[in-house]
Parts: sequence; C-alpha cells; structure tokens
Amino acid sequence: MVKRAIPSREELFEILQSVKDPEVPVLSVVELGIIRDVVASDAGVVVTITPTYSGCPAMHAIELEIRRALAAEALGPVEIRTTYSPAWTTDWMTAEAREKLEAYGIAPPGRAESSELIPLRRRAATIRCPYCKSHNTEQKSVFGSTACKSIWFCNECRQPFEEFKAI
Amino acid sequence: MSDASSFSYLLRLGDDRLVLGHRLSEWCGHGPILEEDIALANVALDLIGEATLLLKLAGQVEGNGRNEDALAYFRDAIDYRNALLVELPIGDFAVTIVRQLFFSVFSLLEMEALRRSANADLAGIAAKAVKESRYHVRHSAQWVITLGDGSDESHARAQRAVDDLWRYTGELFMADAVDRDAAAGGLGVDPSTLAEPWRAQIEEVLRRATLNVPSAAYMQRGGREGRHTEHLGHMLAEMQIVARSHPEATW
Repeated sequence: MVKRAIPSREELFEILQSVKDPEVPVLSVVELGIIRDVVASDAGVVVTITPTYSGCPAMHAIELEIRRALAAEALGPVEIRTTYSPAWTTDWMTAEAREKLEAYGIAPPGRAESSELIPLRRRAATIRCPYCKSHNTEQKSVFGSTACKSIWFCNECRQPFEEFKAI
Repeated sequence: MSDASSFSYLLRLGDDRLVLGHRLSEWCGHGPILEEDIALANVALDLIGEATLLLKLAGQVEGNGRNEDALAYFRDAIDYRNALLVELPIGDFAVTIVRQLFFSVFSLLEMEALRRSANADLAGIAAKAVKESRYHVRHSAQWVITLGDGSDESHARAQRAVDDLWRYTGELFMADAVDRDAAAGGLGVDPSTLAEPWRAQIEEVLRRATLNVPSAAYMQRGGREGRHTEHLGHMLAEMQIVARSHPEATW
C-alpha cells in the first residue's frame, strides 16, 4: 500500500467524522467530544480519546471503528491513547450535534451539573420534549438504556423519551 | 512512600468499587421495577468501570505484571482490601439502597479529594468518578427519602437497613499507616478527614426521610487488612469461576 501525504489535524478530524457512536449513530465521535487529539507523522497516527463514562461498554467498539477508518486511509500504524483528564463533559458537544440529537428523538443535554455536593433537589429546569417541544415533562429515572441517558415522560404528547444527561 | 504502600492504597480504592459493582449486578433482572433494574445496572457499570481503571493503575504501580483482570480474578478473599460494608449480601431493596447511599456519599467525598492527587492518572480517574458519583448519590438519596417517608412497611424496612448497616460505616473512615502514607505522599486522602462531612450529609438525608440516625455503637472492621465476612468468599467464587476455569481465555 502506498502511503499518502501526511494529512493535517483538520483533515484527520474530518476522516474521524465517519466514526459514529454505536449507541447514538447520528453523532460522530468528533461531535461527541470523545476525540481529544489526532496527530499524524511518518511513523503513523496517534489518536487521543477520552471515555464518556468510566465503564462505557461502547468504547471498545469505538476504538475498533477508529482503527478501521484510519486503516482505510493507509496512514501507517495507529496508536490509540486514552486520557481521563480533563474529564469528558457534555458541554463539549456542538450546537449542531445537539440539533441532530433532538431530531433523532433524544433531548440534548443542558448545562453540566453544578458543583452542589449532594444534589437532593429535583432539577428546576425541565427538559424539552424532542417530539412536540413541550416543556411539560418529568423525569422518570436518572438512568436510562445507556450510561449517558436518563428516562423522561412528556405530559403533553404522552410519549416517553430519553435525555442525554448533562455531566 | 514505597510502591508497596501505594499499591495497597490503590487496591483499597479499586476493591471497594469492584465488590460493590458486582453486588449491584446481582439485581440485574430482579429489580422492583424496570427503571430501577436499569438504574442499578447503570450504577454497577460505573463502579466496575472505575474499578477497572483503579486496578489497572494499581497493577502498574506494583510493577509485577499484574493487570486489572489478574487482580480481579486471581486473588482470594484474604487478599481483597475492600471495606466490609460493600461485600454484605444485597438483602432487600432497602438494604441495597441504604448501603448505596452510605457508600456513594463516601465515594463522592473521597473522589473529590483525589482530584487533587499528585498522581495525574489517579486525579484523572477521580475527576471522572466525581461526575458519576453525583448521580449515584442523587439516585440513592431520593430512594431513601421515598422509602423512609413512605408506607409503614417501607419505613420499617429502611430503618432496619440503616440500623443493621450502621456498624459497617465506621471502617470507611479508619485511617492506618497505608492511608497516612498515601496522604503524606500526595497520592491519596486521609479517610478520617471525610467522616464529618459524610455524617452531615447522611444526617440530612435521613432527617428528610424521617429515619433515625443510630446512636454511636461498636464499629466493625477488618476488610482493609483482608479479614472479611464469610460473604465475600461466596461472592468471589461466583465472580471468578469463569476466569479461573478458562484462564487466558479471550472473547
């Protein structure tokens, strides 16, 4: 295989746009903020990623997909490094990504949690229903079908829906 | 501080979360309602994820080539360093959720302190765990209030769980040479400094739940030195059987 010219950081991010989150396939790993850095050199590519949650079972699949996407570009060996600091936050999600999420039927995350030590009070701000856009919604469970989502119910259109949790 | 002492300290952090994560996973398919089944599995996943990172780091510090799987699956109960609280059987839902409140508040305080660890890897793991622990605290606190301030039956069961588990909470805050070494060396936090803020938060939740705070009593200890209840061995037998029957297997 012939190696092509070394791509720029922007070009590498563009390549990784093709890697989707297996649990939320409308979003790429770049839009989610999982990719912290990509550097290419004659020696290959080094990708630095950060997990959404410590035990996120999708991370392994995501690593395989990153390798697959980069292998198709013939850029040499791929090394994937994992970093935990700074910790992933939903605040890194772009406005465009939030729109895609809502269109897909998942309420996008609000601002990340305050530093309140024991958050006993229910959140004052309610989440907008991704279907009918009503704010007359209530949280049914802090935990949903994946670590990153919670379960809500819309009192207007009577639909359960999921919210991408702000962390 | 020596690598051996650092290893012991990290092992305690990892073992607390691995053992409690496994206990919670026993609820999978048995939760009282579907949402709660999912919630307990989610919390289990967070804890096992944190344990994976902590045990991996412990293995690196130890320097004997043991990874997180070797530490999880090929140590016997006597070599586990978790607090006794987390190894107790899941009991009824009240026992599970009261224990979860006790541990989650402790874990949140511990991880908040560890964000300032001199070990960058541990600081990073802690920063992530803090975010997860906040959800665990909120979830368990809301449930304890619901159960305590609920029916006569749920109140009685919640109070019994608080009374039965209370004697296992003291061990979380007992500092020994390993803890003091870790704190002095900048790696860890002296757990005795977390006792007061923990008690303040727990009392607040129990008050809202109309539950009584047990009066000071004898506190059980031993887990940090490998002296466990009979329950841990049974739990490990189940947790480790596949890895020990098929060592080196991959899937």
